[in-house]
Amino acid sequence: MKCDVIITITLKEGMLNPEAEAIQRAIAHLGYTTDRLATADQFRFTLDAEDKKQAEEIARSICERLLANPVIHTYTIEVI
Amino acid sequence: MRAAVIQFGGSNCDRDVVHVIEEVCGADADLIWYKDGLTRSYDAIILPGGFSYGDYLRAGAIAARTPIMADIIRAAEKGCLVLGICNGAQIAAESGLIPGVFTINAYPKFLCRPAYLRVENTTSPFTRLYSEGEVVRFPIAHKEGRYIIPEEELGRLEREKRIAFRFCDEAGNVTRSTNPNGATGNITGVLSERENVLVMMPHPERAAEEILGSADGKKIFDSMIAYVEES
Repeated sequence: MKCDVIITITLKEGMLNPEAEAIQRAIAHLGYTTDRLATADQFRFTLDAEDKKQAEEIARSICERLLANPVIHTYTIEVI
Repeated sequence: MRAAVIQFGGSNCDRDVVHVIEEVCGADADLIWYKDGLTRSYDAIILPGGFSYGDYLRAGAIAARTPIMADIIRAAEKGCLVLGICNGAQIAAESGLIPGVFTINAYPKFLCRPAYLRVENTTSPFTRLYSEGEVVRFPIAHKEGRYIIPEEELGRLEREKRIAFRFCDEAGNVTRSTNPNGATGNITGVLSERENVLVMMPHPERAAEEILGSADGKKIFDSMIAYVEES
């Protein structure tokens, strides 16, 4: 079956995120105050799998082997 | 010494490294296009600087998953010297040749300027011609050079004297203010467990001739040549 997969990669809690800090400063320049701004990378793709469970396993393998770096990242997988 | 200098799409320091090895140090170097693979054995493999795959995903992440890297990891396991410079360091870290990762600088801009480094290890095949605590000056040119490593692995690196270089000032003081990119412990050069892999963000090949303002980097290549000739 065709499965749509959404993977979201974020920095681990407590990791310095200079990009988020710069964006937060830019938002402040617009006159808005924000708190706890975070950024994430999202990947969406379709893959062939026997079922949703297998699709999730494949997606997990793709995360572990390429999309995320376990030193700094965590990830979530959503199979639709 | 015969070295392979690996060219990925987007490498841009490959010819500089070949120039230093051949013209400055008098050894041999072959430029190898990554798709051609390693067709013979080498004493040393250099992963040069640049912007492989446009730094897509994370700097070095995509080049680290190319088939030639599997050959390079196997060669490193057999004791071949592997030197990763700048983008090459990012590729080597992403491929697991050393622990940790190089990620976006604490202040997220591209840094291109000379930096002072303190030599922390003088036993490796790359650093044996330096003296401990020696201060050297190499250019840095990176935006993703902040070295991050989990606390427990950092302790192991320090115990095993696998930190090769730390950012410092002209007098060798390693402080927060001498850390241009926010790297853990000012670290910018890391050795593998067997010391036959060195990764570093600064560019020794851009500091190998006095006409370039510093010849401090030549000792890395001379160290490698001396090591290979002895072994």
